[in-house]
Amino acid sequence: MTTVNPSPLSDSSDQRFSPNLTGRYKVDQIFKIASWVATFIGLIVLAILVLDVLADGISSVSWDFISRFPSRRAENAGILSPLAGTIWLLLITAFFAFPIGVGTGIYLEEFANDSLFARIIEINIGNLAAVPSIIYGLLGLTVFVRLLEPLTGGRSVLAGGMTLALLVLPTIIVATREALRAIPDSLRLAGMALGSTRWQVVREHVLPQAFPGILTGTILALSRAIGETAPLIVVGAQTFVAFTPELSLEGFHSSFSALPIQIFNWVSRPQEEFHSIAAGAIIVLLIVLLIMNSGAIYLRNKFQSTRA
Amino acid sequence: MTDGLLPSSQQSSELWQPNRSASEWSQRIVKVIFGTFAFLSIGTTVGIVLTLVYETYEFFKLVPIWRFLTDLQWTPLFTDSQYGILVLISATFLTSFIALVIAIPLGILAAVCLSEYAPRGIRKWLKPALEILAGVPTVVFGYFALLFVTPILQTFIPGMGAFNGLSAGLVLGIAILPTIASLSEDAIYAVPQSLRQGSYALGATKRETITNVVLPAALSGIVASFILGVARAVGETMIVTLAAGQNPRLTLDPRVSIQTMTSFIVQVTKGDAPVGSIEFLTIFAVGMTLFLITLALNIFSFWFVRRFREKYE
Repeated sequence: MTTVNPSPLSDSSDQRFSPNLTGRYKVDQIFKIASWVATFIGLIVLAILVLDVLADGISSVSWDFISRFPSRRAENAGILSPLAGTIWLLLITAFFAFPIGVGTGIYLEEFANDSLFARIIEINIGNLAAVPSIIYGLLGLTVFVRLLEPLTGGRSVLAGGMTLALLVLPTIIVATREALRAIPDSLRLAGMALGSTRWQVVREHVLPQAFPGILTGTILALSRAIGETAPLIVVGAQTFVAFTPELSLEGFHSSFSALPIQIFNWVSRPQEEFHSIAAGAIIVLLIVLLIMNSGAIYLRNKFQSTRA
Repeated sequence: MTDGLLPSSQQSSELWQPNRSASEWSQRIVKVIFGTFAFLSIGTTVGIVLTLVYETYEFFKLVPIWRFLTDLQWTPLFTDSQYGILVLISATFLTSFIALVIAIPLGILAAVCLSEYAPRGIRKWLKPALEILAGVPTVVFGYFALLFVTPILQTFIPGMGAFNGLSAGLVLGIAILPTIASLSEDAIYAVPQSLRQGSYALGATKRETITNVVLPAALSGIVASFILGVARAVGETMIVTLAAGQNPRLTLDPRVSIQTMTSFIVQVTKGDAPVGSIEFLTIFAVGMTLFLITLALNIFSFWFVRRFREKYE
């Protein structure tokens, strides 16, 4: 800021101070441009990534590709079983994570006093969010695959879905709490003034208002879950499944694949052909994610416009 | 409950009586159920810790801990097995370091841009766009690193392997960039306007205000975002497994294939190691190390934020 260079301006006043405004503005301009460039680098990489995947994979995406099972030959390979596995995982994960996450969120936000228990859970949820996902895989491997094998059938789609449910639980809890916190207290007070219990107020008035927000957060959390690869590999997802699981107990206990697992398998093969079908599978995965995310955004916008 | 207190209720409506005890019971039941759900998150943590501690304990019965910490080779799958965790830590450190060199300056500049320079209308589009980047599955980033970035790097860096730490680190940096940018932006945005105006009043330019006043004021939040970024980078699996390869060696050369802690776990679990075998136990020992590193980062972040948080009224 202060420079010792004497300049004609400072002659009459203080010899040691020169505002050097033009120089400082120049630095300002550079800084501003750098910040814009930094912001766009991420987006440019995103664009390159999408274009690269499209260029490599668009030719392999077809109805056949979606309706065929994986094969040892790239030209015959499809993604039917991984796609089915991904949908199964999604349903199982939602089935466990949604009620438990929302319940926990309601408990912490509406029922729990500022007790030690509540505080411990709160810190704990923060910590869980920072645990690497592969560690959840190790947990799932021990608890769901080995300890609860009679229930889950070992390396099954059920074990995979439950592992992912634990993984997304903190996110859903946080989203639920934020949605509940956005509901003004006057609503609760009005309900209780009419003689409702806390639970009646929550059930009849607070939850319906907060629900779109909760749903938005849940969809976003689930869309993260279906992109997860590492925990599923650890839990024991297969890379070559030639059937789609049935809707039965056997189905829950069957071994499974998932889109990210299949992509990982194909990318890690040296042959060029597999890389282009990997890109095809990535396109399908990204489309699934896009659908889920736009659903979430649609809900969020609808929610915001009705409350205003 | 209300019967005794309000005799007048008989005069008004005989038809409707609030069933207080039933609604109170249902509330009690719901509270117990949701409380149990809340307990599950603690159960998850306890489960993680117990799993890791138990299997790691079994591992250290077979391999002395000092060998784990001091061996300079990592060859658990060979007959002459050595268990030098430093090899895997060095690789994890290398990829994370490259990622942070990319993500910290870009993330902080992007945060400044979003919070200070971008007009409202553009910011409304930029932030979700960055969130899309955060939502790209890491296996897709791995594909991109291995099949797009590496071939480009190979054209101008001599001795660049098909698997290498550099391209893994670079793409990892892009992957954690949104985390750092978004959290830093929250911290910068929260700095009160009066501080900026005070700085302008002293004759500082906008950039001087940002670097000398706003960023120091938001320091605790910014550092917390860095640490979360480090934790993400250390625990990230698919990018490093695909792009950095599976070649455990003690090196800081970013051009050659290396193996991180996470990619070792993937390598072993992919191969169906029999339960209770030494390979099987090894992944838990590595997982424990990874867990302790992220825990230490977390605790440091917690401490730092509490120590350096600036409070403004």
